Amino acid sequence: MKIAMKKLLTATIALLATQMALAGVNIQHWVAPSGARVYFVESRVLPMLDVQVDFAAGSMFDPRGKSGTAALTRATLDLGAGNRDETAISEQLADIGAALAGSADTDRASVSIRTLSAPEKRTVAIDILRQIVQAPRFDPAVVERERGRTVSALKEAMTRPDAIAGKTFWATLYPAHPYGQQATPESVAALTREDLLAHHARYYTASNASITLVGDISRAEAEAIAETLTNQLPKGEAAALPAAPVVASGKTVAVAHPASQAHIMIGLPAIERGNPDFFPLLVGNYTLGGGGFVSRLMKEVRDKRGYAYSVYSYFQPLRQTGPFQIGLQTKRSQAREAIKVTREVLDGFLKSGPSDEELAAAKANLTGSFPLRLDSNKKILDNVAVIGFYGLPLDWLDRYQDNIRAVTPDAIKQAFARRVRTADLMTVTVAAD
Amino acid sequence: MRMKHLLALFLAPWLLSAALANPFETTLKNGLRVIVKEDRRAPTVVQMVWYRIGSMDEVDGASGVAHVLEHMMFKGTPTVGPGEFNKLVAAAGGKDNAFTSRDYTAYFQQVPREQLAEMMRLEADRMRHLTVDPKEFEQEIKVVMEERRMRTDDNPQSRLFEQMNAVAFQAHPYRRPIIGWMNDLENMSAADAKAWYDQWYVPNNAYVVIVGDVDHREVFALAEKYYGALEGRALPARKPQVEPAQDGTRRVNVKAPAELPVLIMGYKAPVLHDVDKDVDPYALQMLAAILDGHDAARFNKKLVREDKVALSVGIDYDATARGPGMIYLHGTPAEGKTVADLEAALRSEIVRIQKEGVSEAELKRARAQLVASEIYKLDSMFGQAMEIGQTESVGISYTKLERMLERLQKVTAAEVQSVARKYFIDDTLTVGVLEPQPLDNAPRRPAVATRH
Repeated sequence: MKIAMKKLLTATIALLATQMALAGVNIQHWVAPSGARVYFVESRVLPMLDVQVDFAAGSMFDPRGKSGTAALTRATLDLGAGNRDETAISEQLADIGAALAGSADTDRASVSIRTLSAPEKRTVAIDILRQIVQAPRFDPAVVERERGRTVSALKEAMTRPDAIAGKTFWATLYPAHPYGQQATPESVAALTREDLLAHHARYYTASNASITLVGDISRAEAEAIAETLTNQLPKGEAAALPAAPVVASGKTVAVAHPASQAHIMIGLPAIERGNPDFFPLLVGNYTLGGGGFVSRLMKEVRDKRGYAYSVYSYFQPLRQTGPFQIGLQTKRSQAREAIKVTREVLDGFLKSGPSDEELAAAKANLTGSFPLRLDSNKKILDNVAVIGFYGLPLDWLDRYQDNIRAVTPDAIKQAFARRVRTADLMTVTVAAD
Repeated sequence: MRMKHLLALFLAPWLLSAALANPFETTLKNGLRVIVKEDRRAPTVVQMVWYRIGSMDEVDGASGVAHVLEHMMFKGTPTVGPGEFNKLVAAAGGKDNAFTSRDYTAYFQQVPREQLAEMMRLEADRMRHLTVDPKEFEQEIKVVMEERRMRTDDNPQSRLFEQMNAVAFQAHPYRRPIIGWMNDLENMSAADAKAWYDQWYVPNNAYVVIVGDVDHREVFALAEKYYGALEGRALPARKPQVEPAQDGTRRVNVKAPAELPVLIMGYKAPVLHDVDKDVDPYALQMLAAILDGHDAARFNKKLVREDKVALSVGIDYDATARGPGMIYLHGTPAEGKTVADLEAALRSEIVRIQKEGVSEAELKRARAQLVASEIYKLDSMFGQAMEIGQTESVGISYTKLERMLERLQKVTAAEVQSVARKYFIDDTLTVGVLEPQPLDNAPRRPAVATRH
């Protein structure tokens, strides 16, 4: 019986195929009566639905001295809500084949669910998500247990060279901004259930929420779901941002560690979401270290010298000025030499930008690969959730390829000169000789 | 299934037969099989070329050569220069990579559908015409050593897993790490890599899996055009290297800088050979789902949430493999608990199933998850291609995938209890323990599928 259903489904896919052959994504947007912003992409090909709720409730809103609040709030959010305890939530989700996901990063706290779209399944999934978003219990025993697990995980992370490098990098780039405040075993151990309740009450509000739905439902059904997910939330107000990061002048921080490989990170605070420098930086960085196996860093550091398995650079635009980062790992005895080569590649790029040939290759890949960015519901969900959360234009995806084609060599040089100032570059090493 | 869809089917009955044949398959004269699954959701396609050759086909002293060759496959042919392969894929708007496992080596490109022919041309070229240049090799072997440092030497869990397998298997080549022992890498030459290539990279030792917005007839024609001219060659015989029966628990401890201990308990277990007749591999899969299939499954509910003996706990079992199977229980003890406490707790969960069995509700829940995951997997072309490729890699036809799912859904509570009794026995157990060391100790040094 179930097997037969699968075959029918395959046939359905073939039939509906012709409806899919168009570029871009049709995003429907509205504001729910609750005040939450809603982004909906109807996709009828597979009988499934993805729903993601994003709150501006990431670690940038951790109170001073209480680092880890946002992460622990999110970690315990779905462990008991409304009339369901954590076991009921897990078992009922398993019964309908649905799954929860999501986490908190610097900016966002996300909760998402993937469910079959059949009404008897979908209704249960949405009801569970509704309770998680609106009525989390933060049961004291659960909070205590998860706090302990988080403390242990943080202690373990502090023994890992990659984790130490990452934490040190952010702390060095953002000495006075919340982006640089790292959760520590001590800060998390001191958190109380009241801290989580306060964070939830302040930031998990309708005005602070964006909802993304992708899948096999109608607009009317999407409207009803968005409303039911948020109508019991306090309206609240949009989160106030901390003062913008202040850029310090560059320095090198070296952390000792017994690992066989040095972990090296070089970068600085560079760009926020929505800034027009984004496209010149994206296109330029493709040549520098973003273009996977064909970047200059890969060529010089890996292919020519065999210094590293992985070497990359990227810009991470955030709500406030997010980092530019170069990273690599190399045998500890050759760390210095690897840093030298890396800096030569960067300096050369900053000086003259990409060649005509490199620019053409970057544009060809970034525009040509566009269909690959959107060839599954999951990828569409991820893209649209970012557009919704950061308030990017609704036609951002439609204009993506044109924006890339429009980038000039001068625009790249100027954007890099503004954003990647060598005097401000921070270098972090762990386990370098 | 919704009415609308059913209706659509009745209106277009000709589609049904077409869809039922999907995936489509052909075999070229040189022995290369080509499997095409049409998926018209989005204008993209993935090509994977799978070689029936993995680290288990290596010999002592040359561990890691399968993976090193995978790296060298990007270093050029007489017509495509070193690094050009990646460049051409990138120019086509594509992404590419490769992975080596114990059982196989596979290469893939994800591209807009218009670019498939170019990808097939490139893969066909390097299937028989690779240049293994000693100068390129000299740099690339250093890259692989850095990869080993990153993935294994500086990663305590990976080192533990590597040691576990080296102890659990004594005769079978699964005892060697995929990435290779460091000393073998240090002593590997371009000639070793070339010999490996010449011996194993032939069309009759490979198959191509293509999933995406394509017409299978056009793909078959392209396959004939690009791969058809490559010559097949007889392959060397492969020795079975059967692992002798294990008669007694083996224990291995690994010291590494870390905060938390790790425990792995690996039991020898069967893998699927006969899709229609075997029972135990299916029952072990359901056992794993009941113990660890969701957050309130037995392991997490009892050991993490209720008894707080573990920070995390899990079970790993691959029902398909070319070599011998194992089922691994693993976890990290909670603060104030020991590895011995965790081992006792894991054992007591197994004993509970051995004595009391599992409930129909638990089986039903595991089946519901299976059914849903069959739909979700259609959201990824890459995932669908992986499923076909991995199934084929162990000698099971992808046409059996539905049958395997059907068999899985028919597993009974009695069968689950039976495999719990049969395979969780001390004589075939290997226990691995990570003993955390403080960071300021003397310097020391970081597998599963590795990537190019």
